[in-house]
Amino acid sequence: MKLYEHQAKQVFSKHGIRVPQGKVAHSPAEVAEIAEKLPGDEVVLKSQVLVGGRGKAGGIAIVKKSEAAEKSKDLFGMEIKGLKVEKLLVEEKLDIQKEMYVGMTLDRENKGIVLLASSVGGMDIEEIAAKHPDKIGRKTVNPVWGLWDYQVRELLYDAGIPKEYFRDVFGIVKRLYSIFVRYEAELTEINPLVVTPTGVYAADGRLNIDDNALYRQKEVAEFKEYAGSELEKEAESKGINYVKLEGNIGVIANGAGMSMATMDLIYLEGGKPANFLDIGGGASADLVKASIDLITRDPSVKVIFVNIFGGITRCDVVAEGLVKAFSEIEMQLPVVLRLAGTNEEEGRRIIEEYMEKNPNKLVLVKTMEEGAKKAVELGGG
Amino acid sequence: MAIIADENTKAVVQGITGYQGSFHTERMLKFGTKIVAGVTPGKAGEKVHGVPVFNTVREAVEETKANASVIFVPPAFAADAVFEAIEGGIKVVVCITEGIPVHDELKMYWKAKQNDVILIGPNCPGVMSPGKSHLGIMPADIFKQGNVGIVSRSGTLTYQIAYNISNLGLGQSTVVGIGGDRIIGSDFIDILKMYEKDDQTEIIVLVGEIGGTDEENAAEFIASEISKPVVGYIAGITAPPGKRMGHAGAIIEGGKGTAESKIKALENADVKVGKTPMEVAEIVKSLLK
Repeated sequence: MKLYEHQAKQVFSKHGIRVPQGKVAHSPAEVAEIAEKLPGDEVVLKSQVLVGGRGKAGGIAIVKKSEAAEKSKDLFGMEIKGLKVEKLLVEEKLDIQKEMYVGMTLDRENKGIVLLASSVGGMDIEEIAAKHPDKIGRKTVNPVWGLWDYQVRELLYDAGIPKEYFRDVFGIVKRLYSIFVRYEAELTEINPLVVTPTGVYAADGRLNIDDNALYRQKEVAEFKEYAGSELEKEAESKGINYVKLEGNIGVIANGAGMSMATMDLIYLEGGKPANFLDIGGGASADLVKASIDLITRDPSVKVIFVNIFGGITRCDVVAEGLVKAFSEIEMQLPVVLRLAGTNEEEGRRIIEEYMEKNPNKLVLVKTMEEGAKKAVELGGG
Repeated sequence: MAIIADENTKAVVQGITGYQGSFHTERMLKFGTKIVAGVTPGKAGEKVHGVPVFNTVREAVEETKANASVIFVPPAFAADAVFEAIEGGIKVVVCITEGIPVHDELKMYWKAKQNDVILIGPNCPGVMSPGKSHLGIMPADIFKQGNVGIVSRSGTLTYQIAYNISNLGLGQSTVVGIGGDRIIGSDFIDILKMYEKDDQTEIIVLVGEIGGTDEENAAEFIASEISKPVVGYIAGITAPPGKRMGHAGAIIEGGKGTAESKIKALENADVKVGKTPMEVAEIVKSLLK
C-alpha cells in the first residue's frame, strides 16, 4: 500500500524527522484557511496523487498566500497520469540551500534491506544513479542483525554527504530505518531531503507498506484507499488480482505465472488480453462468479478465456462458480474454458451437465494453446 | 535419487486440522508420502486421516523421527511455524502459505540459513519426486517418474509444463516450486546445484517470471557451474511495466526484471527458451534423444 505524501510525512514527523509545516485541504476555502496560518509570504500547493512526476505534470505550485485559493482551483480536479487530484497539501515554503536523497527498500537478491543515499537529490533515484553514480552510497543491511552506526557512516561517506549536515542526515537515516522496520515498509524515501538555514527537512516523503502486513499495521492500515480504475478498485476490495489492459479477450486464470502465460499465448496467437485476472490458489465458487461478473462489465471484452490448472484450486469448485455465474449473470459473451488438474473429471462433468441443459456459448478445450487460439478466433483478433 | 524429498522423507504437516491442511494431507497420503505426524496446538491426541496430531513440532519429531515439514498455517502464524519446525530439528521445511508479511519472510530466510535447513517457499506448491514423495499441493496424477528436474517460481505453470512433459512419454526426477514471493527460502541457484549433483536428473527445466533478478543470476550460474542441459520458460512477456501481476514477485519496475532481459540472459548461457509451455516440453524431448 502506497501512502500519500502527507500521510508519509505524518509518520516521519511522529518519529522525529522534521517536515515542513502544512496541512491537507480538500477545497479552495480550506487552502486559504491553512495558508493564512503558515509562516512566510509564499506557500507550496502539492497535489496528493499516488504517482511520481507530479512536478513535471504541473501538480505543484509555489504561490503568494493571497493567491493560494485562486491557484488551487486549477489544481483541484486536474488529472495526473489518469488520477484525479482531490486533495492538496498546503505547506510553508522552505528556504532550500541544498537537496539530497535518502531511501531504502527490500533487497531481494541479498535478502535484506538496501539503504541508498546521495548528496544530490530532487530527481529520480534512477536518474541520479545514471548521472552521478559516484555520488550514491549503497549499503545492504541484514534484517536480523539490524542497522549499525558504522553502516550509516559508510553509507554517508560513500554518498559524499557534506560534513556540516552529516550529523543531521545520520540521525534521519537511523530514524527512517526504524520506521521501515516498525511499519513493515517495502520502500521509504525522502527526495529531496533539504538543507535550510533552520536544519534538514524531508521536503517530500514516500512510504509503501507491505500489503500482507496491514492486518497488524493498524495505524497505517487506516489510511487505506483503493486506487486505480473503478473495476480495479472493486476487484481489490473482493480480493481478486485484476489489472485492466488494452485488448478485448477477458482472461481468468489461477496463479500469477499461469495468468501471465495465458496472456502471452493470446499475444502469440495474434490477440490482445483485456485484463490480467488471477483468482489465486484455492478459489471459492463465489470468487469465480465475482470474477466473471467483473469481466463482463468491461465493455471492451468480446470473449472470456478461463484457463484453470488445478493444484490447490479445485476444478469442481471452479466449475460450480462458473455455473453459478452463468445462471445468475445475464451475459452474451462466448466463454472458452480449459480445466485440468485437481478434480478435473468432476469439474468437466459439472460443466457438461450444465451445457446439456443450457446450451450457450461455452467451448470446452483440452489445452491452453488450443484455448488461446479459440479465444482469439472468437474475439475477432 | 531425486532431490529434497525421497523414500526416506518422513513428514509432519503443520496446520493439519485446517481445511487446506487436512485436504492436502489426504492427497499426499494417497500419493504415498510418509506423513507421520500432524501439528496443531491444542489438538494433541486427535487423528486426521489416521495421522496422529501433536501440540508441538518438538513432540512430533521426538515421537516419529520426522525429518520434513509441510506448513499450511495461516499467514499471520506461518513464520512462527517455520521457526518452530527449524528449532524442532526439521531439515526440510516446505511452506505453502500465501500472504506472509515480507519482513517475516526475511527472518524465515535467515533462520533457515543459519540452521542449514532447506526452506522451500513460502507461497509455493511444494516438492514432488514422482514415485517417492510429495510435500505440497501438486496434482499428483500428472507426474511420472523420469529424469527431468523442474524448478519454478510459479505453481500452476509448473503443473502445465510437467503435464506436457509427461504426455510426451517422459517423466520428472523432482519438481520444485520455489514460490512467487520476493523473499523466498531457496532460489533457482540453490535448486540448480542440487540437480547438478543428482544422478537421476539428466536435464533441467527452469520456469521463471518477470520481476527481480533471480533468473539473470541463475543464467550466470548455469553458464559457469551447470554441465547438464537446461531449458527455460519465462512468463510475462506481455505484462505492462509497473503493474503488479498478482504475485508479490511479479512486478516490473524501472525496466529491470523484464521477460526480455531474463530470456536474453538465459539464451546467453546456452539455455534454450520455449515460447509456450508446450514448446518447452518439445525442446526437452528433442534434447533427451
